[in-house]
Amino acid sequence: MKKRIGVFICHCGINIAGTVDVKETVKELTKHQDVEHSVDYVYMCSEPGQNLIKEAIKDKKLDSIVISCCSPTLHESTFRKAAKEAGINEFQCEIANIREQCSWVHKDKKKATEKAKKITRSAVERVLKNESLEPISFPVTSRALVIGGGIAGIQSALDIADSGYEVILVERDPSIGGHMIQLSETFPTLDCSQCILTPKMVEVSKHPNIKLMTYSEVQEVSGYVGNFNVKILKKPTYVDPEACTLCDDCTEACPVVVPNEFDFGLTGRKAIYIPFPQAIPATFTLDVKNCPGLLPIACGKCADVCEPEAIDFDMKPEIVEEKVGAIIVATGYDQYDKEKMKEYGYGKYADVLDGLQFERLLSASGPTLGKVLRPSDHKEPKEVVFIQCVGSRDPELHCSYCSKICCMYTAKHAMLYKHHVPDGQSYVFYIDIRSGGKNYEEFVQRATEEDGVVYLRGKVSKIFEENGKITVWGADTLTGKEVEINADMVVLAMAMRPSKGSEELVKKLKIGMDKDGFLTEAHPKLRPVESLTSGIFLAGAAQAPKDIPEVVAQASGAAAKAISILSQDQLFHSPMVAEVKPNLCTGCGMCVDVCAYDAISIEEGKAEVNRVLCEGCGTCSATCLRAAVQVKNITPGQIHEMIEASVGG
Amino acid sequence: MTKDFEPKIVAFLCKWCSSAGSDLAGVSRMKYPPNVVPITVMCSGSVSPLYIFNAFQKGADGVLVSGCHPGDCHYIKGNFYARRRIALVKELLDFIGLEPERFKMSWVSAAEGTKYTEIIKDFVKDLKPLGPQKKLRRDL
Repeated sequence: MKKRIGVFICHCGINIAGTVDVKETVKELTKHQDVEHSVDYVYMCSEPGQNLIKEAIKDKKLDSIVISCCSPTLHESTFRKAAKEAGINEFQCEIANIREQCSWVHKDKKKATEKAKKITRSAVERVLKNESLEPISFPVTSRALVIGGGIAGIQSALDIADSGYEVILVERDPSIGGHMIQLSETFPTLDCSQCILTPKMVEVSKHPNIKLMTYSEVQEVSGYVGNFNVKILKKPTYVDPEACTLCDDCTEACPVVVPNEFDFGLTGRKAIYIPFPQAIPATFTLDVKNCPGLLPIACGKCADVCEPEAIDFDMKPEIVEEKVGAIIVATGYDQYDKEKMKEYGYGKYADVLDGLQFERLLSASGPTLGKVLRPSDHKEPKEVVFIQCVGSRDPELHCSYCSKICCMYTAKHAMLYKHHVPDGQSYVFYIDIRSGGKNYEEFVQRATEEDGVVYLRGKVSKIFEENGKITVWGADTLTGKEVEINADMVVLAMAMRPSKGSEELVKKLKIGMDKDGFLTEAHPKLRPVESLTSGIFLAGAAQAPKDIPEVVAQASGAAAKAISILSQDQLFHSPMVAEVKPNLCTGCGMCVDVCAYDAISIEEGKAEVNRVLCEGCGTCSATCLRAAVQVKNITPGQIHEMIEASVGG
Repeated sequence: MTKDFEPKIVAFLCKWCSSAGSDLAGVSRMKYPPNVVPITVMCSGSVSPLYIFNAFQKGADGVLVSGCHPGDCHYIKGNFYARRRIALVKELLDFIGLEPERFKMSWVSAAEGTKYTEIIKDFVKDLKPLGPQKKLRRDL
């Protein structure tokens, strides 16, 4: 049946009409055999403009329309809604972009008009073969999975749980808390980090809607928005948390001492341990990698002294399967690999520390109980050099990006150092001070004015140990002079990296990551907490370096986005998905191999598309030798006609 | 060839990066020659070699395929398939005897309006001395 197409060309004031002869374009399109009606209007997106379209659809009995106007990213939905209101299928409306891709980029009116005609004609050819489609609906599982138990994951989990939905919070370490629980104080208020985080951790452990799975890792994710199937590996802790009374007898009995990761190696821990006193869940974990052996014959000292018999050497890894509707990825960060920063003597000299180690030194619960002492000789350092941008902003050798939080935490370190050692002197080598944020600039000012921190603008060229001191050579580019400081301690503000293992997780989740390994958001401005895979959201430093207030805001944002899915009875999916023509399909399976979403399978010798999984990218269609698989409303047949219209016949 | 020759270019732009990048060129009021008519596709991975041949057959003097940067594909890996496929198309066009300058693949992100502008300018400049494409054109 012949289609009755309407073409509506917008002036956009002079934005289009200034460069494109709109009247002539209308006249040209009228010549098209399938165009029943063609008209221009000054602002097609305005209420009168939309009414003009709706009336024309009714009066001229149009069954499909083309709007030549701005980019479809702006008003496609406006016009599709208008089409629907006038009684035609929304997928019978196509946009011809004659503003961003034509009038705004050209000066020659004649040539721009010719191009606008081609673009519009191309859209007419497309809509001519458009099918009427209905969004695909499917049910939703009203539970969420949060991966990562740092402040981001905790905040997201609490927000979702408080809204009445069940949450599974998965953390790979024995306790939740992430890096925030390791910090001493937080800028710019100097709140005690543990004091403000532990109430949230306790809330997580007591919340009836949160199922906490620590010492667990996501192994496999399949499914799609609203209906993900997740396999979670629960690693054995070899301690029954119900029976354990936290008496600590096992750690005393354990003969093995290994570096304590919670203190970044500044202290040791036993092979059976509790990561820190406020750990959630409050229980011990037997670190099987460092335990001499699970057979009681090999050691078994911990089990011998455990009165409540909480230690169970026979505990096995367990795979737990869960169904969820939305996933939040909050896997956080690690510091830049210290192996790559040997030039600053990190790992070589005991008194060269990284930022997080210094946090532990400052912390009241840290290895020195809050006294700032040198790891080498336990003396109080009287001169401390802080170096910013270690590994950051160095595109040649290290990371090209700014790690964002180091300016602020270095100011905090220098300030807190002065509070701990009132007769000490701190120096900060910096490239720039970036203190954007509420009360941040004031905080840096306070460090220099009240705590006498000396800021030196320049890079450090050499660090070496001499007579029990660490000599730092650098340049002060503001005075143009070389600087030599005989310091007692050096603290490096290491670059932030995505946490280890996030690359594997990205593959399991089929989400994107950028060149630095941080998770990619769907749009840098307008969709900052969504991943490119619908139903998977991002929170915290896994997406980009950020500080705690930003992490918390993003985590709540991601939770709100997840709730917007969980609260639906049904979800809808774009119907512009691939479709197999069974009479053309030979079942060769090439489309199955190229599909990034596992949306195609071979069933009884023919390819079959799962319409809910398919994102409509069309890679299968370009791969198929017989055009047996095509994406609806952007089929090869349509493209060929569009090519003809674009070349101009 | 004549000085007045204006090459006809068909550009297959992926919706998420390159089409958005060309939108940005527009929003920023950059200027490039009007020789190019864009066709927005969902992903550069959906551009079948047949589209490219068809464009030349219909009389295009140059064809551009532009996608998200490798590793940055909206559809995870579609542009990797595009890249492999396009390498083969290039060889085939070369084998047929078509000037290699007539076919181009580029990576333009949504933030690269300037890059898109430069690509179109350069492409038009490179095509002008070649004159009209007659090798694959059907109506000749």
